[in-house]
Amino acid sequence: MSTVNTQIPAPARPWQKTPREVMPTVIILVLSLLTVTAIVEFTELKGKLAYFLLFLPLGTGAQFFWARYKYGVKAAKDVIASSIMMTGAIAVFIPVISIVVTTFAKGIPGISIALFTNDMGEASFVDPVGSGGLLHAIVGTLFLILISVLISVPMGMLTALYLTEIRGPGSRFIQFMVQAMSGVPSVVAGLFIFSAVILTTPLDTSGFVASLALSILMIPTVTRASQEVLLLIPNDLREAGLAMGATQWRTVAMIVVPAAKSGLITASILGVARIAGETAPLIFTLGGADKLNTNPVYGIQSALPFYIWTGFRLGTPESVQRSWSGILVLLVIVLILFTLARVVGSNSKAAK
Amino acid sequence: MTTSNENSTSNGKERDPKMNADQGVKTNSLSAVANARGEKKVGSNPMGSGLEARGVHAWFGKHHALSNVTLDFFSGTVTALIGPSGCGKSTFIRTLNRMHEFIPSAAFAGEVLLDGKDVYEKGTDVTKIRLQIGMVFQKPNPFPSMTIGENVLSGLHLSQIKMGKSEKEELLESCLVRAGLWNEVKDRLNAHGGSLSGGQQQRLCIARSLAVNPKVLLMDEPCSALDPGSTLRIEETISQLSSTMTIVIVTHNMQQAARVSDYTGFFLSDGGPGELIETGPTAQIFSRPRDERTENYVSGRFG
Repeated sequence: MSTVNTQIPAPARPWQKTPREVMPTVIILVLSLLTVTAIVEFTELKGKLAYFLLFLPLGTGAQFFWARYKYGVKAAKDVIASSIMMTGAIAVFIPVISIVVTTFAKGIPGISIALFTNDMGEASFVDPVGSGGLLHAIVGTLFLILISVLISVPMGMLTALYLTEIRGPGSRFIQFMVQAMSGVPSVVAGLFIFSAVILTTPLDTSGFVASLALSILMIPTVTRASQEVLLLIPNDLREAGLAMGATQWRTVAMIVVPAAKSGLITASILGVARIAGETAPLIFTLGGADKLNTNPVYGIQSALPFYIWTGFRLGTPESVQRSWSGILVLLVIVLILFTLARVVGSNSKAAK
Repeated sequence: MTTSNENSTSNGKERDPKMNADQGVKTNSLSAVANARGEKKVGSNPMGSGLEARGVHAWFGKHHALSNVTLDFFSGTVTALIGPSGCGKSTFIRTLNRMHEFIPSAAFAGEVLLDGKDVYEKGTDVTKIRLQIGMVFQKPNPFPSMTIGENVLSGLHLSQIKMGKSEKEELLESCLVRAGLWNEVKDRLNAHGGSLSGGQQQRLCIARSLAVNPKVLLMDEPCSALDPGSTLRIEETISQLSSTMTIVIVTHNMQQAARVSDYTGFFLSDGGPGELIETGPTAQIFSRPRDERTENYVSGRFG
């Protein structure tokens, strides 16, 4: 009843560190950075790698001794562990940022409208960058991705469903084969299709045949990623479906797959990521056209990785510039596809 | 079926000990035969009105989990199965609707008669069996990709039963009413099942089982993950449902068994396979059990 007791206290976060507690860490890191800079400046150690390799032990060590002095051995060990993990995270992050920044910096000078409307039919790689374009390569890559997805996503997911849901005869053998397949070097996949399809059947080098080679790489990726997702679906749900008089097929189609949908979309994205940048299998199977060819079943085609590879191989400033622009376009296309897949996946789920 | 129809008029009014005695009289002849065979039982069903387990054994690989269980379940009653963990209660009810066989190493022997027909008979459509013997699991498990309404009607889609739109709406409402959930969810049938509380989710699962109109409802510790309030609601639901169907409930909670059930079966495993030690009317099992082990268990001296 008393009004004093019902007063609501101000919300606080007592578990958060105060600025006073954070300050020593900041000072230690800044001092370490200054020391490292001094070492790099005045000794033989040079370069970004030296910075990284010196800063890691110095910063960690200094923090370790500070934590030990201030909070005890346990806290000091904690500092070591979190430093190592932080370093790992940064070590992964740096290349990603570096790739994106480098690609944009080097690729943008070669980007023009003409690049997206022309092919290399009348231009050469060593011509000035303004002539010719990579329309044929974009079209080729989109066809390759589309056909590979049409082949690999159903096959990969059905295999995953067989291995996780049906667990039928031969599951262990198939599991073993999937694992072996995911270890196949991409150039071997290309050679296999070359010898098994191009040399023995009427099919010649084309976008479709190249997609077959890419599918060899994509199927195991999709299968394994889908399997992981399906294994996360609680068994309760399967039993609930079966206990209501559903056949296994209805249970899988109506309960397991919808529950795993977003993960299965991720699995497909991983598969696309696996093949979008592949060059080696295309060398034997795609033909490498300079002209736009919108028929993936007949005639040679090109693809962005192939275009990039050709440009770098020639090695002139113009051709290398073309390659960088090609890398940028490939990166953006892949990003757009991933975003689309995510949006489509989450939208239909929200509509339910 | 005629016998059970006659019976159902008395079932509908109220469930009192007299009714059980009444049923006992009707099934007298059959149980006499069974008793002559030396089987443990408290009576038997009129032909074609329930579920009977005959000499059920179950194995997981080489492990003999359940030995020679013979037990009848009477139409319009609740049978509780009690016993310590690992005594085979859950294994037993999973043999009744053939969920046992989904465990890869599982094996089975015996007979489970539904309306006098063995559900394990070769050529039986197991999906039809499971439509008639519904199941509610320990953990509430509404289908995550479906709304509340879709969850309730999922049985129809899963087993490909065609139904008109207005019929579906009626069924949806009646199932939710019977499960005691209608008032809480009628304004949000399009919300996801996961947005409900644990107790509500469990009642949603019960409603889902009711939609395909089963004759028997198996409940495997349906309240063990719920708070006392939700447990009470489920128990009320069970009492209301029991007038129209056979309910079998596995529970670790002896008070619950005493509250909701008409018959009780006590399972025990003393190192070996789980066995049915004693069955009988719940009042008898809890007040004057014949077996010493049952008495020890229900009085809390053991387990």
